[in-house]
Amino acid sequence: MNTIKFTAAAATFALAGTAAFAETEITWWHAMGGNLGETVNKIAAGFNASQDEYKITPIFKGSYEETLTSGIAAFRAGEQPNIMQVFDAGSATVIGAQGATVPVQDLLSENGVDFDINDYIPGVRYFYADNQGKMIGMPFNSSSPVMYYNADALAAAGVEVPTTYEEFEAIAPALKEAGYIPLVQTHLPWEFVENFHSRHNLPFATNANGYDGAEGTQILVNSDEMKMHFTKVKEWLDEGYFGFFGTGWDDNQAQFEAGKAAMYIGSSGDFGGLSSKGMSFEWGSSYLPYWASITEEGYQTFIGGASLFAMAGKSAEENKATAEFFRYLTSPEVQYMWHRETGYVPVTTAAYELAKADGHYDRFPAAETGPKQLMLAAGENTRGYRMGFYVQIRDVENRELSRVLSGETTVEDALATIEEEGNELLARFAKTQG
Amino acid sequence: MKRAGFASRWLPILLLVPQLSIILVFFYWPAAYAVKSSFYLQDPFGFGQTFVGLENYASLSNSAEYFKVTNFTVIFTVLVTFFSLALALLLAVKADKVIRGAKTYRTLLMWVYAVAPPVAGFVGLLLFNQRWGPLTEFFGSLGWDFNLRADYFDTAFAMVVVSVWKQVPVNFIFFLSGLQSIPKSVREAALIDNRSASGRFWDVTFPLLAPTGFFLLIINITYALFDTFGVIDTLVQGEPGNNPMTLVYKVYVDGFRGNDLGGSSAQSVVLMVLVLALTVFQFRMVEKRIHYT
Repeated sequence: MNTIKFTAAAATFALAGTAAFAETEITWWHAMGGNLGETVNKIAAGFNASQDEYKITPIFKGSYEETLTSGIAAFRAGEQPNIMQVFDAGSATVIGAQGATVPVQDLLSENGVDFDINDYIPGVRYFYADNQGKMIGMPFNSSSPVMYYNADALAAAGVEVPTTYEEFEAIAPALKEAGYIPLVQTHLPWEFVENFHSRHNLPFATNANGYDGAEGTQILVNSDEMKMHFTKVKEWLDEGYFGFFGTGWDDNQAQFEAGKAAMYIGSSGDFGGLSSKGMSFEWGSSYLPYWASITEEGYQTFIGGASLFAMAGKSAEENKATAEFFRYLTSPEVQYMWHRETGYVPVTTAAYELAKADGHYDRFPAAETGPKQLMLAAGENTRGYRMGFYVQIRDVENRELSRVLSGETTVEDALATIEEEGNELLARFAKTQG
Repeated sequence: MKRAGFASRWLPILLLVPQLSIILVFFYWPAAYAVKSSFYLQDPFGFGQTFVGLENYASLSNSAEYFKVTNFTVIFTVLVTFFSLALALLLAVKADKVIRGAKTYRTLLMWVYAVAPPVAGFVGLLLFNQRWGPLTEFFGSLGWDFNLRADYFDTAFAMVVVSVWKQVPVNFIFFLSGLQSIPKSVREAALIDNRSASGRFWDVTFPLLAPTGFFLLIINITYALFDTFGVIDTLVQGEPGNNPMTLVYKVYVDGFRGNDLGGSSAQSVVLMVLVLALTVFQFRMVEKRIHYT
């Protein structure tokens, strides 16, 4: 059906040159499948119904990687969509290719849409911005790592939800005693590496976390803090306080859903999925834990997920349509709907306030953890990171850290390898920008 | 004898043009492009690029990870090829002897042929599921704590099993038709000369099957190297982590997922050379030694 629609859209598009059309049509390539895709279609339909000057057509292009790859191929062929969704790890590639996109802040102000970066939730503001603080990509589906807990399991063990890893260590034996795997995670690079740095306000890369340019940027993971963390995680695994079920997200989350794991670190966006699972136990969520030995208080975390980029090379009318769509998308009502339906965080403070006023967080307290965590104290290292070829760097992190947990390598060797291979990839990326 | 020929010089050229242009557009041009981009590091959008000479190749040869992937690919190819051929041969020899209900047996043995590699991978995912996979439970009852996607060896094991399962029917069909084309007179003569069934198999049947076997050997090596992509992708679900992968999968991971055009082009060129070597080996070395009737 999609192909037919697309062909029809393309045919209409081709005719647009000869016939005068009242509507300006724009396309949006995204990677939101299943229920998320339906919500995307709902947003598009809402925008199309809200006015009659513009028409947006969302097209599902597969996974994040597939969407980015087809967007790049289309750009080189001069057939790029107006809006392309790009995931967190791929954003350095797009932001680095100046000329491929129109910075969203410029697009909005040139088309008369009010824009103030301070309207956005603090943790969301600068992740897709340049080093001057100008927003390049429009944050769309944003999430952050939080910790979910099985309240029945904690009650059975007679313990409270931990806020620090020290507290976790203290209660883990009781949870194990009660027959649970105390903790699992779902994404080692995102939860234990990237956000480990923001939660503790530690530098993650040189050149201001890579924001100051690809040239000479080096990743900083071989630190005492990281060594301590992974040494502990490995100890917990050996003691039975931590469970690891491979690189696959779902393989780990399934342990929590099955009632086997007492707590799991996942995405604030998991909230929607978990609610629909009808699990037999009471559950809730709390902030990503931090080490009290590293920082007195936990800082805000990075956003994960993806943002929307306005592709360059489009006519002024189409850019105007894109700007109008972004205005609609960031309106509190649409943001609240997206937040409510999917579990992703609202990107503006106004939308968060609306959700709060509507009683959303009274009904679902677990939904508030994500946005609140993104509003915690900011530090100089918490705005984000910008590293090229980060998809491959994540692969290296996944591989080496999994090997630590399987006992094939040591923490020291793994972190040294990540730094070495990561820096080699960063140096190679810098040359692609030349 | 009269030589058949074309009346005009241009007609044969004209007839060859469609085929040649297809090869040119879909093989030579992309291949040449891959060779060219393997000497560059370029921004995927096409804005910036740096000529780096052989650096992409140098970083491959210095990469412990690439070496490990190459090693795995070789072992994987040997295992998949050997087991696919051996099991298919065994099944074909046995099915050839069945007289009653022969068609049913053969159909049952062949149907997996129609399963696409990603589907085969998906069936593997279900069978080897970490928590409730029947095979995982079976291994568990034997005391093997099988952990698909969390353990390097276990994932490799599942990849080999699924790839072999997928390939056996193809080989089976060829071996069976090969067996059936051995003249009855030869078999009967062998029956008089040699009473031992296994002796007859190794002395008469096996050598007569050699052309089929050799053809299948090449087909299976290519299958294990390239066509198992779907199986591997489904089993690791796009996140290799600490799981094994083959050289082709790494080209995809670095090039299509990671947008490292130069690096993955260099990897493709390495694979092209490998295929070239395999083809030369096929035509020069072995074809001369195999006796086709």
